[in-house]
Amino acid sequence: MNYLIIFVAAVLVNNIVLMQFLGICPFLGVSRKISTAAGMGAAVAFVMVLSTLVTYLVNKLVLDPLNISYLRTISFILVIAALVQLVEIILKKASPSLYQALGIYLPLITTNCTILGVAILTVQKDFNLMEGVVFAFSNAIGFSLALIMFAGIREHLELMEIPEGLKGIPIALITTGILAMAFMGFSGII
Amino acid sequence: MNQWNNFTKGFLKESPTFVLVLGTCPTLAVTTSASNAIGMGLATTFVLIGSNLVISLVKNEIPDKVRIPAYIVIIAAFVTIVELVMKAYTPELSKSLGIFIPLIVVNCIVLGRAEAFANRNNVFSSVIDGVGMGLGFTFALFILGSIRELLGNGSILNIPIYSESYIMLLFVLAPGAFIVYGYVMALIHKINKSKK
Repeated sequence: MNYLIIFVAAVLVNNIVLMQFLGICPFLGVSRKISTAAGMGAAVAFVMVLSTLVTYLVNKLVLDPLNISYLRTISFILVIAALVQLVEIILKKASPSLYQALGIYLPLITTNCTILGVAILTVQKDFNLMEGVVFAFSNAIGFSLALIMFAGIREHLELMEIPEGLKGIPIALITTGILAMAFMGFSGII
Repeated sequence: MNQWNNFTKGFLKESPTFVLVLGTCPTLAVTTSASNAIGMGLATTFVLIGSNLVISLVKNEIPDKVRIPAYIVIIAAFVTIVELVMKAYTPELSKSLGIFIPLIVVNCIVLGRAEAFANRNNVFSSVIDGVGMGLGFTFALFILGSIRELLGNGSILNIPIYSESYIMLLFVLAPGAFIVYGYVMALIHKINKSKK
């Protein structure tokens, strides 16, 4: 039951993109086509669960016992950067087809603030390991949901006539605003 | 003249927020009020100046292949300084900016300037670039923060402007952030275009 609440809260109520403003750069950058959006979503899900797992353990087993939690930001970003590199190398060898599909998104993920954000939030919210993993996974689903929905809208937007100044990012932001307004409707369910 | 150009380009012509569209996450999240916006802007400015300074000093020592991780560590060190200082001296602000202070590490503006400017310019220009870009970012956040605070809370910098019964709460909530940002960006595009 607890896990279900975490899931619904992360996907719908506190959607990481639309309500918490994390991962806006990839959200605006790779949401032109549904297929690339799905690829990015999958890459983020993969890295987010893995990095939350590792950073959780780093925090519990290294930073807390040594009482150096002020090094959290530095150590987390290093762990994430190393992890992304590692995933890239392993994927290249183990599954070239998956690497083909996710490869170009992986380097972008290091500076995707959802990954570091979720890792820090997991620690701040005092989740246990299982809850943390569920939290990371649900946030990844929430990210993909927003990304794919938005890509669908943007494919249609391409065909519209838009005033000169609003073309590109501005109209995308305003559309996201309306999408966020729709998501506000979920705020009562938990 | 050249240094002046390095300084002013961050405000309109190469505004990180409106033209380069970098660092959008903190831009949207912390502009619920003008004072939050200034706090975030100055914190980022400090990190930018510090990282630009150090990176332009050590750029010749770092092998090209590992430069990105090295830059990130330098940036993270400055972010940690800001984080601890803010927690100690402005606990209120630190609480309302929350997770977005540690997330300055992954703010693309900082790494972007390191890679695009500090990496190939001397120390003095890099510091000026850091100050200009940082203040340009602060300026942009302040504009967005003021508009949202005025529409959503009826005040600017906590000074009430009109009666609370006319406020539109939507503008301090998430959708308002996207909508205000979108319209202001369209306006800046128009200004930049008419200057050419």
